[in-house]
Amino acid sequence: MPSLTDGQIQKLEKTACEVRQDIIKMLLAANSGHSAGPLGSADIFVSLYFAVMNIDPKKPDWPDRDRLVVSAGHYAPVYYAAMAHRGYFPKAELTTLRKINSRLQGHPHNETLPGIDNSSGPLGQGISQAVGIALAGKIDKKRYHTYCFMGDGEQDEGQVWEAVMFAGKNKLNNLINIIDRNNIQIDGFTEDVMPLEPLKDKYESFGWHVIDVDGNNVCEIIDACNKAKAINEKPTVLICHTIPGKGVEFMEEKFEWHGVPPNPEQAKDALHQLRTLGGRIRGEHE
Amino acid sequence: MINKKLNLNPKIFDKDVEQVPTRFGYGEALVELGKTNPNVVVLTGDLSASTRVDAFGKAFPDRFIECGIAEQNMMGIAAGLALSGKIPFVGSYAVFVPGRCWDQLRVSVCYSNANVKVAGAHAGISVGPDGATHQALEDIASVRAIPNLTIIAPCDSIETKKATIAAANIKGPVYFRFTREKTPVITTNDTPFKIGQAEILNEGKDAAIIACGPLVYQSLIAADILAHEGVKVRVINNHTIKPLDEKTIIAAAKETGAIVTVEEHQITGGLRGAIAECVTANYPVPMEAVGMPNSFGESGQPEELLEKYGMTVKEIVRAVKRVIKRKKSK
Repeated sequence: MPSLTDGQIQKLEKTACEVRQDIIKMLLAANSGHSAGPLGSADIFVSLYFAVMNIDPKKPDWPDRDRLVVSAGHYAPVYYAAMAHRGYFPKAELTTLRKINSRLQGHPHNETLPGIDNSSGPLGQGISQAVGIALAGKIDKKRYHTYCFMGDGEQDEGQVWEAVMFAGKNKLNNLINIIDRNNIQIDGFTEDVMPLEPLKDKYESFGWHVIDVDGNNVCEIIDACNKAKAINEKPTVLICHTIPGKGVEFMEEKFEWHGVPPNPEQAKDALHQLRTLGGRIRGEHE
Repeated sequence: MINKKLNLNPKIFDKDVEQVPTRFGYGEALVELGKTNPNVVVLTGDLSASTRVDAFGKAFPDRFIECGIAEQNMMGIAAGLALSGKIPFVGSYAVFVPGRCWDQLRVSVCYSNANVKVAGAHAGISVGPDGATHQALEDIASVRAIPNLTIIAPCDSIETKKATIAAANIKGPVYFRFTREKTPVITTNDTPFKIGQAEILNEGKDAAIIACGPLVYQSLIAADILAHEGVKVRVINNHTIKPLDEKTIIAAAKETGAIVTVEEHQITGGLRGAIAECVTANYPVPMEAVGMPNSFGESGQPEELLEKYGMTVKEIVRAVKRVIKRKKSK
């Protein structure tokens, strides 16, 4: 794939900024949910939906589509916002998140919303499902890629390493695992709660190709995905280093914002910061 | 009186009745399914010979997936395969599957309504010498509350084969439960089998024995003994525990007024639980239970254990007499 033009990059960054604003609005309306991870990973989701994955929102069940298995179900706000922007469902529906009779369940459900490839919430399960989907692709000689999106705290789960071991053994080169390495989880910093480092060495020793990525840089994310697709002999993991709460100063790098939503005043402040890119520009709606 | 319409094994009451482990029927069915349905895939967790999937593995190596000793991942992979159009059969000993992957069964499989067929082998106390850790006596209870899941405990190897093939032809998750030991073959290839339809193997109106798994055989023997004493007992093979054949169960409550449940499982939450829920909600009658009395097992020979923990013909006969006494004293 040719490298992106400046215009394309700016467009992706603008979409990511809009997705972040939607995340704030969704969390405010829901009055519960996760703030830091979804904000930090907006660039990853936008890159996947707008530049990386071979998908068609009008044909969510297209058998040859690339799959996205969201293993960390609590990233639902960014997942839904990216999908809505990509055209899977109306953006107006986003503020129904977590509300009764909504298709936007607190954690994603494949049977409820078209375009959702799996159900997740309990951590560690998605990577196994992604392995199964990648394996089915191999058995059927399909050319689709399976992307798995995981949190870093999620790596604590034993099931993850069962799946990582299996993928290594079976050389699933059609599987690309993307870890949001934001260093926080509910109880604190990952290295205090349960150290993951050296994470790269762990994956490499299980037979994976590892790429360290600036997870808040759309060019780097897209470039790494293209490199991963070119790796033929093993599965690839992108360790995406991100800033949790990215774009909202009072949330950035704070584990306290892992699992809580903003209150109305905080949301107003957050939206102002996102619209003005932290005061660097005049917001369009100010 | 044996129900002639069901074409049961004519040698059922003979001393030399053929005996085959139920799990053998699973292995045979998988090979047949492999030939007819290219979407059938089989997953194993380092127990391919004892769970009888090795023949499928030899015949269809490209559709046979060795997952190692990692049941949580195995269940998740099965879900992923099903979400991609495969019909995965995933199995291990019942203490491991579903024992070690209940959450994966609940969320990855049942909540997603993934078309995964789950086999729990070596269930019940008759596993024997391995002891309590390997005797799955809680598996039905532990999965019965999960929505979308069909639960089947076949009575013999032939029924197991039919259940396995039938499961491949319905959409949605299924849990089967098999036992290790050789047990009498009750049915024949001509005996009807339909998921969700209990069969009345023996007719009678003094009481009803509702059983599942190989203890259906002991229930028939008990009914035969009681018939010689003038007590006519209906014996129902309730192979499908979920969805329950409520029509047949309610009819049994109404027409016999006394029910005994028989299962190689804890008496809480399994077959007895399912039947009691149905009976109390529709037509309450006295019930007695034969099964594991809320206790862990131990090492021993299968027949010694069944004797010690009260899952024998003698105990079934006693339970029938108790329940009839209660019915009469009402």
